[in-house]
Amino acid sequence: MSRSIVIARRELSSYFYSPIAYVAMTLFLLVAGFLFWRDFQPGKPVAMRTIFDWMVWLLVFIVPVLCMGLLAQEWATGTIETLMTAPVDETEVVLGKFLGSLGFFVVLLIPTLVYVGMLALYGRPDYGPIFSGYLGVVLVGGLFIAIGLFCSSWTRSQVVAAVAAAAILFTVTIAPWWAGQQTALPTFWRKVVDQGVFTRYTDFSKGVLDLGNIIFFLVATAVFLFVTIKVLESRRWK
Amino acid sequence: MISVSQLTKVYGQALAVDHISFEVAQGQIVGFLGPNGAGKSTTLRMLTCYLPPTSGGATVDGFDIFHQSEQVRRNMGYLPENVPLYTEMKVREYLDFRGRLRKMDRATRVRRMGYVMDRCWLKGVEHKTIGHLSKGYRQRVGLADALLHDPKVLILDEPTVGLDPTQIRETRKLIADLGGDHTLLLSTHILPEVEAVCGRVIVISGGKIVAQGSPEELRNSRKLSARVLVECRGPAKEVEQALTRVSGVGAVELLDGQADRSMVTAALRPREGYDIREEVARTIIQHGWPLREIRLEHATLEEFFVQVTANQAMGRV
Repeated sequence: MSRSIVIARRELSSYFYSPIAYVAMTLFLLVAGFLFWRDFQPGKPVAMRTIFDWMVWLLVFIVPVLCMGLLAQEWATGTIETLMTAPVDETEVVLGKFLGSLGFFVVLLIPTLVYVGMLALYGRPDYGPIFSGYLGVVLVGGLFIAIGLFCSSWTRSQVVAAVAAAAILFTVTIAPWWAGQQTALPTFWRKVVDQGVFTRYTDFSKGVLDLGNIIFFLVATAVFLFVTIKVLESRRWK
Repeated sequence: MISVSQLTKVYGQALAVDHISFEVAQGQIVGFLGPNGAGKSTTLRMLTCYLPPTSGGATVDGFDIFHQSEQVRRNMGYLPENVPLYTEMKVREYLDFRGRLRKMDRATRVRRMGYVMDRCWLKGVEHKTIGHLSKGYRQRVGLADALLHDPKVLILDEPTVGLDPTQIRETRKLIADLGGDHTLLLSTHILPEVEAVCGRVIVISGGKIVAQGSPEELRNSRKLSARVLVECRGPAKEVEQALTRVSGVGAVELLDGQADRSMVTAALRPREGYDIREEVARTIIQHGWPLREIRLEHATLEEFFVQVTANQAMGRV
């Protein structure tokens, strides 16, 4: 585990050397800021629900870019060889990369706490939905990062990794939401689209902490991390 | 220290390493020699637990490379071919990361980093970004990383590629110094390197071991005797005849490539136990041909290498 932390720290600090992370950060904060400014008007609810809902949409495009290099770059430059010939195992590497990225994601969220401060300054916000909203964003971010990491594990090309991750995230988030908007949907399909990330996520931004939802995100994240570990191990069977 | 038995690696249809077995004793410096694509790197990658063998196995310091891979890697320093490094990191930062990964405590890390940066001539660039360093410096960062945890076994894949002549000499000196305390296995296709530092050589070609022994043993094994090179000014035919008559001279071969037609260069193979140089010099001078050079040339490992690998290639056709 301590080796995972070492890898996570390296991964986190390497983000600050890469221009792409700054681009993602700027984009994220610009959009979040714009959404907040739009809602931060007299007479509007003292809440962050709109921001939270939009954040998830934004993450569908930002997380693939943040995660594309995690393993693909190690394959492309060959550093995977130096890494794996040190006394570390695949689980430690995958967990380390995941935690490093999640760390960067949390750093990305920290500036948005300013909005909470502004709400508190000019109104009386209900902290429950704000807390559950942040929890939901972190859970969704974790799942998205696990998916991005998985996509980065089986290719040397960062572009392929990013496109694949965006495609998967779109399929599990935006597509089911869009299908859910259709009124004439058979019961079975209704059940399926209700499993979509966005549908499950909106409970959090409404302030509903449902254990089922929390478990859903944790288990889905674990599944993708597990598969990634297996992909890394698979080089041994080639 | 390293014991390899029947180690084999198959990539799809291609047999990269073909049932090789060898031993490396503690403190030995062994050169792994072979042309490009001979299977050197694949063998080293199996020994460092990066690739699993298709069949056969090996132990390093008594630990099995497949079943006790973590213990093997803990006791081993490895410099991979092409030296992959995190280019965005600074030298010191990188070594610190590698030390942490090996669970070295802070005091040990600081001490060892100071030592390896000193040994690998990295003082002065420790705060530079690896991506901005020249190939030679990156090679040294890789070497420093391999030495960082003072491993019992060092595996170096082409350690002097990309270095300038001074650095090559220094690196060889470093490698020679490391022998004794450490067991070293280094791959190379540079012959003087092997002769300079290795106590033993394993020649590999086409995935098979084609010869092994000390550099002297290998030179002697193929009856590659020394030869005497003579350069003088005179008529080629007559010089050849005169030299053939000198006692102790086995064979005379005229080497061409002289721009000046009146100049002759001949390679003479002395018979066993003869030093023919003085007699040859006297003969040439008696004939009145100006003698420009006479020189004894020992058999080189290069000749040996060319012979065995050529045989191997022919055998496969």
